[in-house]
Amino acid sequence: MSAEPDGPEDRLRRFATIWSRAVFPVTSTSSTRSEFEARLLPLARLLSRALRARSFDADAGRQAGASLVREHCTDPEALSRTLDCVDAYLVLYCGEDGDREDLRARSARLQHAMAAGFAQALRERTLAEQEAIARAALEAQGVVAQALHATEARFRAVFEGAAIGIAIADLDGNIFQVNGALRRMFGLSEQGLRGRNVRDWVHPDDPPQTWRLYEELVSGEREHYHLEKAFYRPDGTVLWTNLTVSLLRDADGEPQYQLALMEDTTERRLLNLRLRYEATHDALTGLPNRTFFFERLEKALGAGEGQRFGLCYLDLDGFKTVNDSLGHAAGDRLLVEVADRLQACATAPGEMVARLGGDEFVALTTGPDTRRTVDELAARIMNALLAPISADGRELTVRGSIGIVEGPAGERSPAEVLRSADITMYRAKSAGGNRFELADPEADARAITRHGLTTALPTALDRGEFFIEYQPLVHLGDGSVRGAEALVRWLHPQHGVLSPDRFIPLAEHTGLIVPLGRWVLEQSVRQAREWQDRHGGAEALGPLRVNVNLSPCQLTHPGLVQDTVEILERTGVEPDALCLEVTESALIGADDDLLKPLRRLAEMGVDIALDDFGTGYSNLANLRRLPVSVLKLDRSFTQSMQQFPADPVDLKIVEGIVSLAHSLDLAVTVEGVETGAQAEQLRILGCDTAQGWYYARPGPPERLHELALVDATG
Amino acid sequence: MERPAWAPRSIDISVPSVSRMYDYYLGGSHNFEVDREAARKAMEFMPGLPKIMQANRAFMRRAVRFAAAEGITQFLDIGSGIPTFGNVHEVARAAAPDARVMYVDHDPVAVAHSQAVLQGTDGAGILAADLRKPGEILNSPELLRLIDLNRPVALLLVAILHFVEDADDPYAAVTELREALAPGSMLVLTHASYDGIPLPPERAEGAVDVYQNIRNPLIMRTRDEIARFFEGYDMVEPGLVPMPRWRPDTAPEDEDPYAFSGFAGVGRTA
Repeated sequence: MSAEPDGPEDRLRRFATIWSRAVFPVTSTSSTRSEFEARLLPLARLLSRALRARSFDADAGRQAGASLVREHCTDPEALSRTLDCVDAYLVLYCGEDGDREDLRARSARLQHAMAAGFAQALRERTLAEQEAIARAALEAQGVVAQALHATEARFRAVFEGAAIGIAIADLDGNIFQVNGALRRMFGLSEQGLRGRNVRDWVHPDDPPQTWRLYEELVSGEREHYHLEKAFYRPDGTVLWTNLTVSLLRDADGEPQYQLALMEDTTERRLLNLRLRYEATHDALTGLPNRTFFFERLEKALGAGEGQRFGLCYLDLDGFKTVNDSLGHAAGDRLLVEVADRLQACATAPGEMVARLGGDEFVALTTGPDTRRTVDELAARIMNALLAPISADGRELTVRGSIGIVEGPAGERSPAEVLRSADITMYRAKSAGGNRFELADPEADARAITRHGLTTALPTALDRGEFFIEYQPLVHLGDGSVRGAEALVRWLHPQHGVLSPDRFIPLAEHTGLIVPLGRWVLEQSVRQAREWQDRHGGAEALGPLRVNVNLSPCQLTHPGLVQDTVEILERTGVEPDALCLEVTESALIGADDDLLKPLRRLAEMGVDIALDDFGTGYSNLANLRRLPVSVLKLDRSFTQSMQQFPADPVDLKIVEGIVSLAHSLDLAVTVEGVETGAQAEQLRILGCDTAQGWYYARPGPPERLHELALVDATG
Repeated sequence: MERPAWAPRSIDISVPSVSRMYDYYLGGSHNFEVDREAARKAMEFMPGLPKIMQANRAFMRRAVRFAAAEGITQFLDIGSGIPTFGNVHEVARAAAPDARVMYVDHDPVAVAHSQAVLQGTDGAGILAADLRKPGEILNSPELLRLIDLNRPVALLLVAILHFVEDADDPYAAVTELREALAPGSMLVLTHASYDGIPLPPERAEGAVDVYQNIRNPLIMRTRDEIARFFEGYDMVEPGLVPMPRWRPDTAPEDEDPYAFSGFAGVGRTA
């Protein structure tokens, strides 16, 4: 809209400009000055028209005042400046030619109306905004309250529905809230638990630190603790729990409540106890088992100064026979009865009986005076076994062998003690059984060496710890060396040179005798070959022969014949240069199957000698059946001939045996010849060959060569 | 014990709220006596505070118009407070009738009020969330329903970052928001600073203390510190300047001296 300079429109705009300049600084509008001025122009026009209207209406003033508020002129200063502006300039710029007095009166009335309109609009706006913000605050609070309610409902559901028991108490221990799980654990109603005090929950099984931890927690020194705790239920039964107690603090960190979380472990505990019982007790007899016994023994051996222990190791004599003849059920009944009787023997404090397995039982006594109590305990046990035990309608007589170990605590390990007891028990058993023996360190040491040798044997062969010595066999007729017996030795790294009686039984037991025997055979045959090569001159006397011992184990080994043949062929030694010595006892009751390999060897030309003849059950009739060509008389026959004059009965016996042997076409060799008189006597009696210290002790193969050479030249 | 994340903060209207104080500075009555008392105390130190707020509103208005003129039709206003007049959606709609606006605030009363005001308004919504957790804003169903993050957005952080302490890492939050926005998006930002306040620093500190006392600390940052918020953005002319100097409609010389407190700027991602 264009305006003619200083025309009515132009003057109106100038009024609006003055007005907006006055008010703009006190408005809060985000509009620019010109935008704001443009908003005031219609209000100025409204006032201008009302000023000059034919009939005056102050309502225009009210409208303009209200409009100011709508244009965000809410500051009362805006009204003040507006009224100043209208008062000073409305009549001047918009009055045109009207009556000044009249116009001024109208302007005044318009101002009153503007003030009223402004005030009313501001009041309405303020009220509306206050209501809006209050409603918003209320609504927001509602939202929060709703969320809180949902939160609380969720918490309550968690609390009530939790599988673990929850209780909340104040710091004096008064319980004021418990959940369903906890009520069920205790078998109590909410009322039954509420109002009770935590301190009432003392139980005799409480670990000693229980109530100290509690005091620390409620006094704020500790945030939480955890332990296993038992509670009495109202019906007197015991509830076991995994208990965690936490301290709850308020917003300022001050201790306020205690929170207990408990998990019912009663069932689990029972199961654990049962598993523990099963793991530590023998299912058959109900006695503590090896595990349990070792725990107790360990404790006894770890006891303080002045404490001693006594251990009885019992093994029933002949139990295997009962099992084999009457069956395992009867054997089991016997064991149960023995267990019951043993249990009755060890009832004093510090005493226990356990079953180690099979028919082996142990009884333990502890205290300062076990030297006396262990003897009494062993006597009680022997006594308890006296009365026969009935099983399967039979009265079984039970005997046992007991090894006793007694000593101060703190010196030996459980394994050492048990081994000593085991060894001692075997000593009692080999002394005939039905007795008890006291452990003896020397006997233990021997047995321990035996054990050590057994375990060292297998590697000894690989390490070349064995060697062979040869003891010459001398022809009694002319005193010439005809051969030698190969005797194996073990050069043990710790024990030095060991003779065959120390380790051959062990090798028999472990089966190592087979490879060891083969090694001895091979070495000896090879040696025989060497002698032949170096001693070829003495053709008239035949080759030097070698005697090799065969153990019972080797006899039954299927490879015997083949191994022997291979060795002979490989070394190029004739079979008749080899004599295999077999003990008489190994052939007792031998059937044809057992004799077959010997027969085959004999057929090939290998001599078979019957060693240690006369010591065992000498079945003379059996001699015919055996593929034997040499009898070796045991040294016991020659021992009496060391004196002079010799026992005439012994002489007769030897004479008889020689006569019998010769009639069966067997040669006779005697062992243990130590004197010239002996040698002469045996020669007179008709013995063919002899060996013994009189001629030579066992020695290295070169020695034999030397002796044979002496024969040949002398 | 720490409050679980899903338990809402309770509302205590006896504690002053910065959004209701802001409303009071702008002459509104959406406030309670505690708010007015705190605002009056701050104004004792800095009588011109309302002018700063007014300048903020005026800058926001110009920036929204600018963004709309540049073709942006989506607006994300974080820290929107209590809408009284000249709101983003009104300004934006005047320039681009199809503009969409997502308001975000963490003050539950401001949110409830916005909900009442925006009721029946299509294309505008309010989300209760916190600038310190941008992920919750960006992944909220309310936002995704309104804003297409594959198209440019004008992100408005007007008079809010000075309420985020360094401990809460406002730079990380701004970066996270930027990374979620499509190329061509804009950052519209104002921030309080001691620079430009026409008072001795002690006086201004008095006002800052008021905010400290109502447990809503006001963090005054230097121009350089504020400029760092625009990392990854190209500054729109005239850069980071006092509010009245940013693309003014009228001569800055006419503005109240307080309006020159702090800085304003607009950046655009490539």
